[in-house]
Amino acid sequence: MRFERREHRSTLLVISTPILAVIAALAIAGVLIAAAGAPVFEAYWKILTSAFGSRLSATETLTRASPLILTGLAAAVAFRARLWNIGGEGQFYLGAIAAAAASAHLFAGLPSLLQIPLLFIVGAFAGMVLLLVPLWLRLRFSVDEVVTTLLLNFVALLFVSMLIDGVLKDPAAFGWPQSEAVDAAARLPKLLARSRLHIGLGIAVVIAFLIYFVQTRTVFGVQSRAAGLNPSGAVFAGVPLGRTLVIVAMISGGLAGLAGTIEVLGVKGYVTTDLSPGYGYSGIVVAMLANLNPLGVVLAALFTATMFVGADGMSRSMGIPTYIADVTVSLSLLSMLVAVFFTQYRIRR
Amino acid sequence: MTDTVLDIRNVSKRFGDNLANDDISLSLAKGEIVALLGENGAGKTTLMSILFGHYVPDTGSVSVMGQMLPPGKPRAAIRAGVGMVHQHFSLAPNLTVLENVMTGTESLWSLGSNVSAGRKKLLDISQRFGLKVDPDARLGDLSVGEQQRVEILKALYNDARILVLDEPTAVLTKLEAETLFSTLKDMARQGLSLIFISHKLDEVMATADRIVVLRGGRQVAERKVGDTSKAELAELMVGRKVTRPVREASTPGEIVLEAAGITVRSGGVDRLKSVDFRLRAGEVLGIIGVSGNGQAVLAQLLSGTIGRSAGDLVLFGKGVGDLTVADAVSSGIGRIPEDRNRDGAIGEMAIWENAVLERLPEFSKAGLVDRKAGIAFATRIIEGFDVRGGTPTSRIRLLSGGNMQKLILGRNLIEHPKILLAAQPARGLDEGAVAAVHERILEARKAGTAVLLISEDLDEVMALADRIQAIVGGRLSPSVNAEDVDAQRLGLMMAGEWGGASDAV
Repeated sequence: MRFERREHRSTLLVISTPILAVIAALAIAGVLIAAAGAPVFEAYWKILTSAFGSRLSATETLTRASPLILTGLAAAVAFRARLWNIGGEGQFYLGAIAAAAASAHLFAGLPSLLQIPLLFIVGAFAGMVLLLVPLWLRLRFSVDEVVTTLLLNFVALLFVSMLIDGVLKDPAAFGWPQSEAVDAAARLPKLLARSRLHIGLGIAVVIAFLIYFVQTRTVFGVQSRAAGLNPSGAVFAGVPLGRTLVIVAMISGGLAGLAGTIEVLGVKGYVTTDLSPGYGYSGIVVAMLANLNPLGVVLAALFTATMFVGADGMSRSMGIPTYIADVTVSLSLLSMLVAVFFTQYRIRR
Repeated sequence: MTDTVLDIRNVSKRFGDNLANDDISLSLAKGEIVALLGENGAGKTTLMSILFGHYVPDTGSVSVMGQMLPPGKPRAAIRAGVGMVHQHFSLAPNLTVLENVMTGTESLWSLGSNVSAGRKKLLDISQRFGLKVDPDARLGDLSVGEQQRVEILKALYNDARILVLDEPTAVLTKLEAETLFSTLKDMARQGLSLIFISHKLDEVMATADRIVVLRGGRQVAERKVGDTSKAELAELMVGRKVTRPVREASTPGEIVLEAAGITVRSGGVDRLKSVDFRLRAGEVLGIIGVSGNGQAVLAQLLSGTIGRSAGDLVLFGKGVGDLTVADAVSSGIGRIPEDRNRDGAIGEMAIWENAVLERLPEFSKAGLVDRKAGIAFATRIIEGFDVRGGTPTSRIRLLSGGNMQKLILGRNLIEHPKILLAAQPARGLDEGAVAAVHERILEARKAGTAVLLISEDLDEVMALADRIQAIVGGRLSPSVNAEDVDAQRLGLMMAGEWGGASDAV
């Protein structure tokens, strides 16, 4: 048995791949659920109803999906240009703390229409800076950015932890380590009253379309794709490699920083060290599930959020550990990677 | 020599709609060299993969020394004494020569490795066949020619009696190729049987005893080397008469490019040393040399991908500073890179994107790519330059080497550049594609394009160039008129002996 590269990838194949991968993952996870002693179909039904069965659960799932779309885009944009940004989590936190601090100290009192965009810029900028440092190290000294971006996550999280236990600590929080609350005018408007769902979802979806447009239609998009696929070919065609990567890093880091900003302005209003349940890391999974397609990221983020919210509900009512959500999402990533392989290769005997 | 060592009988293999091998039979005698000749895609590699057990044939059988080989078992083929030297070596660059050769010869479960016995055996073989090699050198430090030697040694170490070489000269310089063929002949004299795959007529005629020609998966002819000619083989291989185009006389125009004292220094070494040349409109200047002597650097310099350390470059009468890729493209320099897969194309991108990538400013408005115009441009190239096997929106990787080269030629020539920089434009192409590429280059010359042809193929340079300069160790010889020199003189120039060269301009 050997593998041969497929000459043509049909659209049907490309679209059905992630769907088949998810089905395969659910099937495998079903075995685990059965092993835990619960009826499998009922458990999946519970996941679905817990994620979308009521107004509350549906809005909650969408609220969870919003930052995942942005961190997913951050990873997808970078990976497409072969810039391995594993630092989404750190960029998320730095974006969040920068926006929180700026709102509490710099822009307090400014009207929402002015303050919110300013905070978006501040948060995105913070994320950018955290990615530009590893990129500079790579371009200047060929330091592997997988290592630097990954380790900077811990640096960033400890830095945030230091700030919220120190200079930015909220004196009204009964000694809990949390940052001062953002200005009331900085809170994002709700999409639906009496829910946590805020306009961040709309912003994330619009950005996904924007990125899709940039990647497929603009000179920069074509050049960054070329730079990722074949650097020496890109150089021969006159693509400025360093500059392209810098812009890619700014977009990627900026999106992760923006995800943190939107999360703090939209949901909590202040920063703690559990602001993110691993949104930065899950973003990588989302990007891979979407095969790095920006529009696919929206769907993949939705799926991941559904699994997480749904599994919470399922575990409460059926006594199955919530880890099943992690397992299912991980399994779907693995089966996606296998499926992507089979869209590119076929088996030959 | 009647004792048959290898007998391939009625082998057929189908891939989807493509019949890669159609009822092919081939036998090989002890001490014989058979060349498997055919264009790219004729089914040569498939046949050898079946022999080696990489593919299972749909019908037919392979027997070695009278024993039938089980299909699809490479290990059985190795044990039967079949050794394969792949075009892309299957060696580990981080291991030493000895480690590479011994890999796979010992049981995975044996605790110790019998290195000293292995070393002795390797040195014995190396001595016997005159394949000199340092067993302790790290493979990655060796030249391509030496790595190939290791690949051959590895096959011999496994006691190969039949050696199959897949396009062995594709990666070698002319000199290395000659050494290789004298080694192969020596091996045949010592009783080994060899099959080598090639589409180069010269080496086939010079080396083989017998030639089997494949075309479109079928065996079209079998000839003793004494009973055939290059012309006949070319016709058999391509299926029609192929004639390489002939250069007509022309009068060159004004000087479009002049280099004076150009030096390129990188990594602490002068890659080009005070190089001078002039290029006129409507002429072909051939730069000939054994690869690795600085011609790649010269091509990069004129392509705009590297800068120079010293010297003057005058383009259309005006001095230029650092030439960038954008400068080169916008001032009308067409560029054909030496390595089309690495530099000339982004394999996973569409043909139209590859066609416009180096001239995106022309095909975009306000930062947005004009996809329609790009596809129209690619369509014009595909039609005008007879590119087969793809549409503007299919990935360029799907094109064969010849068609990819036609596309690269097309994207440069369609707008009638003032200068064409062609680095090894026919390397690795089959006979039909070579003729097509040469024809296009001569057409451009006729239309007034100044062509700088960088090549290590003497025949190519003599056929296309009006004037020739040799490059040796980063230095460029004075130019000679192509009419005044023969192959022998050029060979001397490539070796650095250009004492009496006249400076013809």
